[in-house]
Amino acid sequence: MKDFDETPRIERRVAMEWIISAAASVPFLGEAAVETKSEGAAPVSGSGYGPDPDMVKAYKPGDLWPLTFSAAQRELVIVLCDIIIPADEQSPSASSQGVHDFVDEWISSPYSAQTSDRNLILKGLTWLEEESVRRGSVNFVSLGTEVQSQIAKELSLKPREFPGNFFLKMRDLVAGGYYTTPVGMRDLGYRGNTPMLEWNGPPREVLDILGLEPE
Amino acid sequence: MPVISPKEVQSDYDVVIVGSGAGGGQMAYTLTMNGAKVLVMEAGRIFDPARETAMMNTPDMAPLRAMPTPDKQYGFYDSSVDSGWEIPGEPYTNASKEDKRQFFWWRQRMLGGRTNHWGRVSLRNGPYDFETKSRQGIGFDWPISYQDLHPYYDKVEMLVGIFGSNEGIENVPHSSPGVLLPPPKMRAGELLTKKYAKTLGIDVVPVHRAILTKKQDAEGLPAKLHPGNAKAQKILAENMRSRAKCFFATDCHRGCSIGAAYDSATVHLRPALNTGNLDILPNAMVREVTVNKEGKANGISYIDKVDRADHHVSGKVIVLAASSQESVRILLNSKSSLFPDGLANSSGKVGKYITDSVSSSFSAQIPALENLPPHNEDGTVGQQAYVPWWLSKEHTAGRLDFSGGYKFIVGSGRRMPKMSSVRGFDRLGGREGTGFGSELKEDARRFYGSTVGFGAQGAMAANDDCFSELDPEVKDKWGIPVLRFHWKWSDDELKQIAHQQESMASILEAMGGRFGRQPETKNPLKVIKEGGKIIHEVGGAIMGKDPNNSVTDQWCRTWDVPNLVIADGAPFPNTSDKNPTLTIMALAWRAADHVLDELKKGNV
Repeated sequence: MKDFDETPRIERRVAMEWIISAAASVPFLGEAAVETKSEGAAPVSGSGYGPDPDMVKAYKPGDLWPLTFSAAQRELVIVLCDIIIPADEQSPSASSQGVHDFVDEWISSPYSAQTSDRNLILKGLTWLEEESVRRGSVNFVSLGTEVQSQIAKELSLKPREFPGNFFLKMRDLVAGGYYTTPVGMRDLGYRGNTPMLEWNGPPREVLDILGLEPE
Repeated sequence: MPVISPKEVQSDYDVVIVGSGAGGGQMAYTLTMNGAKVLVMEAGRIFDPARETAMMNTPDMAPLRAMPTPDKQYGFYDSSVDSGWEIPGEPYTNASKEDKRQFFWWRQRMLGGRTNHWGRVSLRNGPYDFETKSRQGIGFDWPISYQDLHPYYDKVEMLVGIFGSNEGIENVPHSSPGVLLPPPKMRAGELLTKKYAKTLGIDVVPVHRAILTKKQDAEGLPAKLHPGNAKAQKILAENMRSRAKCFFATDCHRGCSIGAAYDSATVHLRPALNTGNLDILPNAMVREVTVNKEGKANGISYIDKVDRADHHVSGKVIVLAASSQESVRILLNSKSSLFPDGLANSSGKVGKYITDSVSSSFSAQIPALENLPPHNEDGTVGQQAYVPWWLSKEHTAGRLDFSGGYKFIVGSGRRMPKMSSVRGFDRLGGREGTGFGSELKEDARRFYGSTVGFGAQGAMAANDDCFSELDPEVKDKWGIPVLRFHWKWSDDELKQIAHQQESMASILEAMGGRFGRQPETKNPLKVIKEGGKIIHEVGGAIMGKDPNNSVTDQWCRTWDVPNLVIADGAPFPNTSDKNPTLTIMALAWRAADHVLDELKKGNV
């Protein structure tokens, strides 16, 4: 039995409160920022998957509820994804695993637990575009990688207050999103989820490092 | 006989069972294997673990990376549907507004009940656990001793398939030879814990869980379980052959499509259906137990969730196995002129003496486990090692300032990553602010899988402050009055929590662990898990020797209505440091044997 009446109602109210406070607190709006802000103002329109979803099916972002990002926002989040998780010799970047679409799915969630993340992320994206304008660019994506990294570094140092808390949230979503893909799990060193005939305990090499005897 | 709708309900069931989980499943199994005609009523839908569980899916295949939502409160892949702490239209209430006096009630509305959502930890109560009042001066003694249940524990373990070992620890009983399946080898973090705990005089041993680490002996076990019953032996042997052994991947909480982990549908209800003696009626929301003029139970009135109409089914014996508090609710709602305060409630004790595991946790990051060569540590995914209560002697000597013992489960290993798996790495890596870029990737590889955590669960003696009753106003969407809970942790439990915190931290400290916080010994109320949160709540229709202060006798049969049996956790006079499910099954098997006797003698 589906009953989603409560959740979207709460979100609309919270979203409206944010829109009002955001409008009052953001003084300088560049063109791109105007666009992202109006996107951010829209409440989510989807509903949840209900208490009895098909668990076996594989889902993609957008399958269950509409996504939020505009083309410009999506491009911006792709750049952020790869600042947070860049490719290196061991593993590819976050955007190569579609993590930006996961971030979109997350902030578009109809569940109230994600509402504050939605507000913070959209507000942060707006701020980033404004900041890019202040630094003489049309938007964040067009800044050179050096300035982009510089901004990320500055944001990373003040995780408790806006806009540093936006960067922290984005980092948590991107890292969480990346390390829950098969590629990210492998990069962490997870080697399970493989049916096996026997389980023989840790390899000798691991026991030796720890100074342990095999059972 | 199969899954039926209200139209197909028969008129001549020997036994009608409400609930299809561990207790209801075991009841149905034992009764049908011995020829009784049984109806199992389930409030939820039919659920088929073989087809519906997502065993190998990775989090990126699920919405929100499979994180919990109000629709799936333990995450997308948890084998729970239409279930949760909050179910739309089916509320419960709490008498107190205070934070720490709330009781949380998990309801599992699906075939197999809570056995779908279960860590499968299966421990026997020890001899002392039946003598709480005699040994500790509080709570109650059980009307039975360990020896009464020992043979039933053996039988349940053989039927279900439990891995574990006999370790010779005080108040941790041995299974009979040949009963347990071999335990899985311990993971690196578990072995490391074992090594350092030993230096403090604390033993880490294999836990017992309802998972097949090898195929069950389909040639030998059926004859042991059903001597002289060729049909039952044949059906059980077939069922045992159909269950695969564990393939050492995927969390049992997702359900087990290969039948390696126990759930009621796979292990109890499938063979019971194959006897031809079982009907299963899903989507049946029970309103009350009905009684005849003589005060004997004669059936169940229920609402069919599909046609939303009221129906009635008759039976010679009625068994409530709806989960302890749902059974309490049904009893209290079964009011009649003969039983104005609810059924089987002449003692006034229905709903009283709820107990739950006294629980807290503690974890630390272990530098020795950093940067280990990647390797597969799934094993039997989930718990493999635990610390049984090691201070029974201190307790007996009166040297501890709290009454209940506790065990703790060791959590370690390179588990399947989830959204939260990289939390806290900034702090561990000594990063200034929010780590990102190559630093973050290095930290993640270094710290992943290097945490060891313990979850302690301890005994709770019954007290007067923890009980349920009918809410005088609130009804659910079916018009059935709901339960109102009262909860208050006593000093005794809080002292136990302080001890848990200290001992868990001492082991982690010996291991060189880095703590995120200090063990909470000054204000244990801060870290104790709220009532109900461990989903081990029992009591509410406790068994006893005296009809004046208990609800059922030693056969889980209510004193007031002899053909009404309670076969879930409700008859537990207290909870011990052992998880309740195995004891629920052993009690249910024993109660079913008694019902069969009574049916044979024509007493019901």
